[in-house]
Amino acid sequence: MSAESHYTPYHPRWYRRRVSVWWWLQNRAYAGFVLRELTSVFVALFAGVSLWQLRALAEGPEAYARFLARLGTPLFVILNTVAFLFILFHSITWFNLAPTAMVVRLRGKRLPDWVVVGMNYSAWLVLSGVVAFILLRG
Amino acid sequence: MPPTVALTVTRYRPERESAPTMQTYEVPFRKDWVVLDALNYIKDRLDGTLSFRWSCRMGVCGSCGMMVNGSPKLTCAAFLSDSLPGPIRVEPLNYFPVVRDLVVEITDFMRKLKKVKPWIIREDERPLAEGEYRQTPDELDRYKQFSMCINCMLCYSACPIYGLEPSFIGPAAIALAQRYNMDSRDEGGRERLEILSEHDGIWQCTFVGECTKVCPKNVDPAGAIQQLKLTGAIHWLKTLLPWGRG
Repeated sequence: MSAESHYTPYHPRWYRRRVSVWWWLQNRAYAGFVLRELTSVFVALFAGVSLWQLRALAEGPEAYARFLARLGTPLFVILNTVAFLFILFHSITWFNLAPTAMVVRLRGKRLPDWVVVGMNYSAWLVLSGVVAFILLRG
Repeated sequence: MPPTVALTVTRYRPERESAPTMQTYEVPFRKDWVVLDALNYIKDRLDGTLSFRWSCRMGVCGSCGMMVNGSPKLTCAAFLSDSLPGPIRVEPLNYFPVVRDLVVEITDFMRKLKKVKPWIIREDERPLAEGEYRQTPDELDRYKQFSMCINCMLCYSACPIYGLEPSFIGPAAIALAQRYNMDSRDEGGRERLEILSEHDGIWQCTFVGECTKVCPKNVDPAGAIQQLKLTGAIHWLKTLLPWGRG
C-alpha cells in the first residue's frame, strides 16, 4: 500500500492528472504556440502607435514633430524593434499555417501547400513594395 | 547494439495505490521490436499484472496509443531503436483519466464522436429503387483524408486545449464531422455547424496544430477545425446581410 486508498472492489477509481500551469514549457511546439499567441500584444501595440501617429498628424505639424521626437527616444526604438521582431514572427508563422486553414481547389484538385504559402508571401511583398514606393517617392 | 533496453512504465493499481508510480523493466533489445512488443514481453515473461490495450499491432485498430518518451504514439509503430539508449518512458495517454496502468477511460471520447452526427444526413432520402448515390473520384478526394481516422486519440493527447478544457469536442470528432460535411451525398452541414459552434466546439481551438503532427494516419484534424471556422465565419457574415437571413 503506497497511500491510503478508498477502493470498492470491481468499481473503477480513475486517476486524473492535473495539467501543470507550465504545460507550454513541456515541448518546443507548445512554447512556439504560446509565443505566437503573445505576438498579438505587439500587433495591438503597433496598431496603437499608428493611431497615435494619426492623431498627431491631425493636430498639426508641431504635434507631429513632437510625436516623431518621442518615437526617436531609445525606449521607443527598443520597444519598436522588439515589436517588429514579434510581428515578423507573427506574420511568418501565420502565413505558414495558411494552407491548413484554406483549401484552394483548382479544377477539383487541391493546390499544393507551397502554392498557397507562396501566394501569401507574394501578396506581402507586393503590398510592401507599394507602401515603400509611396513613402520613398517624395 | 545493446543486448537489453530499459522500459519505465506507469503503474496504477487503484486497489493498492491512490496515485500512479513508475516501474522499470529490462527487456531484450531487438532491432525489429516496437514498444508494444516490449510491453507484451513484459506481460508474458516478467510481470503478468501489467495492463494495456492492444489489438491489431499494425496501425489499424487504434487501441495501443500511449505516451512514449512524452509524445503520443501508436506503440505498435514506435520502434525501440528510435528511442535508444533508453530508458524508454511509457505512460498512459495524456489528459485522459487512467483506469489502470496504461489503460485510459474513453467513454467521453465515444460520446463526443456521436455528438457530431457522423452519418450521412439527407433532407429527402431517395427511394432505394432509384439506386445508389454516385460519387466521382474528385468528390471522394474531398473527404477521404478525414475518413482515415482510426480513433486512436493521439490527437487528444497532443492537444493542450483538451487538457485544460476537457469539455472541448476535440480534434478527431471535429475531423469526423468535416468528413461528412465534405461528402457530396451529405446535406447535414448546417446541422453539424450548429453543434460545433457551441461553446465546446471549434472556437475553443486556438490552432496549436499538434493534433495534425501526431496523427498516424495524416488526417489533419487541425485543418478540419480551421476550415470549419472559416465556414462558420462566412455563414455568420451572411446572416448579417439583409437578404442573408433565414
